[in-house]
Amino acid sequence: MHRIVILGGGKGGTLAANRLRKAYGLNEASVTVVDQDDQHIYQPGLLFVPFGLTHSEDIVRPRGRQLHRGIDYRTSAIIHVDLAGQSVQLADGSELSYDVLVVATGAVLAPDETEGLTGPGWMEKVFTFYTPEGAAALEEALAVFDGGRLVVNVVEMPIKCPVAPLEFCFLADWYFHERGIRDRVELTFVTPLDAAFTKPVAANHLGGLLEQRGIELVTEFNTGEVDGTGGRLVSFDGREVPFDLAVVIPLHNGASYVARSEGLGDALGFVVTDTHTLQAAVAPNVFALGDAASLPVSKAGSVTHFEGEVLVENIRRFLDGEPLDASYDGHANCFIKTGFSKAMLIDFNYDVEPLPGHYPGLVGLPLLKESHLNHLGKLMFQWLYWHSLLPGRDIPGISSAMPLGGKLQALESNVKERVS
Amino acid sequence: MTIDTIAGVQIESDEEGFLVDPTQWNDEVAVEIARREGIDPLTDRHWQVIRFMRSEYETKGTGPTVRALGKTSGVSIKELYQLFPKGPAKLAAKIAGIPKPRGCI
Repeated sequence: MHRIVILGGGKGGTLAANRLRKAYGLNEASVTVVDQDDQHIYQPGLLFVPFGLTHSEDIVRPRGRQLHRGIDYRTSAIIHVDLAGQSVQLADGSELSYDVLVVATGAVLAPDETEGLTGPGWMEKVFTFYTPEGAAALEEALAVFDGGRLVVNVVEMPIKCPVAPLEFCFLADWYFHERGIRDRVELTFVTPLDAAFTKPVAANHLGGLLEQRGIELVTEFNTGEVDGTGGRLVSFDGREVPFDLAVVIPLHNGASYVARSEGLGDALGFVVTDTHTLQAAVAPNVFALGDAASLPVSKAGSVTHFEGEVLVENIRRFLDGEPLDASYDGHANCFIKTGFSKAMLIDFNYDVEPLPGHYPGLVGLPLLKESHLNHLGKLMFQWLYWHSLLPGRDIPGISSAMPLGGKLQALESNVKERVS
Repeated sequence: MTIDTIAGVQIESDEEGFLVDPTQWNDEVAVEIARREGIDPLTDRHWQVIRFMRSEYETKGTGPTVRALGKTSGVSIKELYQLFPKGPAKLAAKIAGIPKPRGCI
């Protein structure tokens, strides 16, 4: 009887548990999931809360209810992992022994690590929409905001869903238009990157879209201090951006028990894993997926979904003593809400940048282009999330390896450009 | 790609000025790259960061990001910006002769 312990009951932990429960009979393996609370948040929904398009209570469900029968669910904080002893110490005093451990505890926000961020003005004129409380407080603040400088700031990468801050800008543009006060609001996006996004082709498209919408872009700004009283962001190299209302995406770390587990995490507490097999560097029977892993991919739900398949196959191979399947290719895709009932879709992996074309094949959703169809795709996604992705079902036509069919033409011209 | 004579050695660097072959690096090369980037002289604090970058690269295959440097090098992020203005991780990597850190995705 294999003992499989999964730390984290969010998207990654839940889909891994459900897929593993299907793969093994009750007498072949036990599957245990641990999380510190029973609130499973549909995180993509947080973006819509500040604009009154959804409410925090509508995007939260009990974690245990998303898990299939036969999965043991424990609510407890985690003290640390004893890698040599193959056990996990829980805050409730119990200890879980494992044959295979899956780390899926995501990323945690660390607003305290930025000087002044949680000081005077926090949750009054300085907000984040990355927590349900922050998103709800920001909804109230936006509702009474009648003009001035609204600044959206990413303190430093990595962050969850790297396109969300841009989407926030586009939605804010739409929101103030709807309220008839867009001309009284100065919108500024302040990023540590040297462009609007990390991937050059998409960065050009998104940068152009910011310009069209009259949103100012400040690049290579490494926030050292947030001065809530004075209303300014101050960079480490002494530059300043003034604001009346700041929406800040704080620094992200891995879960704190990772740092307390010798050798499990990197300097930020993310688990160092093989980029293709998802096996942890520290021990062959430890795997990680989703935001908890230190892979060079976006911390995004789509990544977690695509990793899920490879992870479950590799756990089976590990337990059967077979060589692992090195097939995770860094596949990610993101719907980017651009406001006015439109959205853009991008699709990329470790080696191939987001390209124009269609997803998943020649006939499909348009890529790198605003469209109403993509907007509907994004809306449909929440239903898919609870009913298809978490239960660990495959979506017909969508596989973990990145498809190229619908964008071959773009790929060819991209290659030609590089060659010439 | 450009090939240049740095501290008497023929050295190839990429379009952003990072060394293509980190094994061509030595202390004199570091001093010369730093001088060209406007950092002259290199103090003990600079060297502490440069040596740390080298050892991180050798064990992990990539240089650390600014945040990781701030947490692990013994030099605070604030001081890192004083030592290597604008982008400490990028600039220190360049002077340490290692590839541009792949931190941001």
